[in-house]
Amino acid sequence: MSSYFIVNGRVIDPASRTDGKLSVLVRGGKIEQVTPSRKAPEGAQVLDASGCVVAPGFIDMHVHLRDPGQEYKEDIESGTRAAAAGGLATVCCMPNTDPVIDCASVAEYVLEKAGRLGATGVIPIGSITRGGKGEAMSDIGDLASAGACAISDDGRSVMNSGLMRRAMEYATAFGLPVISHCEDAALAGGAVMNEGLVSTELGLQGMPAAAEELMVARDIMLAELTGARLHIAHASTMGTVELIRRAKRRGIRVTAEVTPHHLTLTDEAVSDFDPNTKVNPPLRTEADRRALIKALADGTIDAIATDHAPHNIIDKEMGFEEAAFGISGLETMLPLALALVAERKLTLKRLVEALSAAPARILGLKGKGSLKPGSDADITIFDPSAAWTVDASRFASRGKNTPFNGLRVMGRARWTIVRGRIAFAG
Amino acid sequence: MRLSTRHILSINDLTKKDVLTILATASSFKEISERPIKKVPTLRGRTVINCFFEDSTRTRLSFELAEKRLSADSSNISKSGSAMANKGETLLDTVRNIEAMRPDILVIRHSVAGAPAQAAGATRARIINAGDGMHEHPTQALLDLMTINDVKGRMKGLKVGIVGDILHSRVARSDMLLFKKMGLEVTVAGPPTLIPFGVEEAFGVRVASDVRDVLPELDVLMLLRVQRERLGEHFFPSAREYARYFGICADDLKSAKEDLAIMHPGPVNRGVEIAADVADGPRSVILGQVTCGVAVRMAVLYLLLGETHSE
Ligand SMILES: [Zn+2]
Repeated sequence: MSSYFIVNGRVIDPASRTDGKLSVLVRGGKIEQVTPSRKAPEGAQVLDASGCVVAPGFIDMHVHLRDPGQEYKEDIESGTRAAAAGGLATVCCMPNTDPVIDCASVAEYVLEKAGRLGATGVIPIGSITRGGKGEAMSDIGDLASAGACAISDDGRSVMNSGLMRRAMEYATAFGLPVISHCEDAALAGGAVMNEGLVSTELGLQGMPAAAEELMVARDIMLAELTGARLHIAHASTMGTVELIRRAKRRGIRVTAEVTPHHLTLTDEAVSDFDPNTKVNPPLRTEADRRALIKALADGTIDAIATDHAPHNIIDKEMGFEEAAFGISGLETMLPLALALVAERKLTLKRLVEALSAAPARILGLKGKGSLKPGSDADITIFDPSAAWTVDASRFASRGKNTPFNGLRVMGRARWTIVRGRIAFAG
Repeated sequence: MRLSTRHILSINDLTKKDVLTILATASSFKEISERPIKKVPTLRGRTVINCFFEDSTRTRLSFELAEKRLSADSSNISKSGSAMANKGETLLDTVRNIEAMRPDILVIRHSVAGAPAQAAGATRARIINAGDGMHEHPTQALLDLMTINDVKGRMKGLKVGIVGDILHSRVARSDMLLFKKMGLEVTVAGPPTLIPFGVEEAFGVRVASDVRDVLPELDVLMLLRVQRERLGEHFFPSAREYARYFGICADDLKSAKEDLAIMHPGPVNRGVEIAADVADGPRSVILGQVTCGVAVRMAVLYLLLGETHSE
């Protein structure tokens, strides 16, 4: 296994409170040393990170790899290549595949294929309920043993509160956090965007913020009742932020993530019916967007996750109402997040934390999320001032569905190193 | 004369001047429909395709007659009768196929909001939105406005009430936009479950909890069709309740102005949103709307293509 000596970069490792012009030595797939020295040890290949930030390998705790079952949209190979290109060293894949990751054998399939073909690390998330149907518990213990890092019925809420309570209680025995997609199905109805002035103007059925907030409130109450670790997926409203803030103050074990698109766009973006702006939860209002940015900056929202949802063009060319929900997000995550740094809404250190230390802590990933010696040599080296234009046709992801196509952006991964191996060099 | 827009996807595409041009043109075309030979050669050699991916007998017939009376060559695609537009082919695939046959105008009706706008990106043809989901139905609004102008002799300052399922109504959306643009004042009413979020702010209209409160000041009352399938969706408890609290009967009209015009985009549910004696009564201009429909559609077809022969 090769050794690398990364020099001339700004090393930011929030987990070890490191920030400075340092060098990083990688050997045997592990971080061996972070040092002020610029002299490469014998046998180590030098990577010149001038102008770049050297960060713990980014972790995306919420992606859809569509494998098994919908490989025409994405598979583990294409999805992890997209992740590596986007600066991610690890992705956690949601279980709403076909079949659903609700038992050990499907989790093992994902890990085995990722081990063979994955450019990045892949950690499966198991489903809370069998088939993701919300009716009966999955084999949560088996999923944990097979290597799942959390459970979630992402895509919908477990509407049966009794079942959700039992699943949360049960999961604590295996140390797994429960990731909740918060959406009251009856209240959301068949909505396709945020309920607000824009949905009224466009004549599209709207999903009120309350449909999310009701479930956030319920799941926080259940976390308090059960002592389970609750993680709120893709927080999208001001009210959700407020609920999380209050729960954290009261010491309830709740964490949250936000997507780059909810930090960037509002429901105004839907105005020309671009199906690429159709996401779930929907793009919300400017007031919501601001509240999310503030909550991310002050730590109320812990992590940034893409909710990478690749679709084939045939799933999007249907007209807005019939189009599938989701954005192919892996390859635009970094510049969208960096735009907030450029606008001084977020510090670079906080951004790195939200993409590394925070997801590692939430999911209990040992040896990840830090550049401490002995950690896995997962490293993201990115140039925050590299300017480029988003061109979906050149995505490594099979999903070309992005509302950011043609956007001029800043910030790009130069190297993504996964367990001491260069997974991407840009 | 020509319009400032290539397509009529939304009332927002039209300037005030465009609207006046359409109304004036429609008035002159209305006369053609009164002749024994109801045909002029104006659009001879031009191709119009009516893409009705959602069923609609009256709108489709209205467009077809408008096209025939202008001597355009027209063809029809319907959701059921054609291999196109069925499962497996996306909307844009269908449009690209049609585009390859070089039509001049596509008239598109679709159950999905924004479908005509999406189609506009895939063809050089002009597009007329003939109703898209709950979004808009601009030619219906234009014919409503023409009807009002015909019976009132003016537009500006008139007070219009729109009653019923505003939430799901593309006609209401286009009407609100158009009436506001042309200086009419609009009040909407109906069960609160069917009044969309923020409609006052989004469309600059007033909301009345009971239309009877504002009825005495109205010049025009537009009643929208109650879709009975909404019954299962908990928007209102029963058709009987709807008729009783939100429907309009002859008794309600006692307080109204003598010359109140009653309108309805059809098809009418007699006995639900409108009592039979009101629908067929002296104040009703419902059939006048249908007549104006053909004229307005002739006007927009003509104006979208009128001066493009040299292209
Ligand atoms: Zn989700």
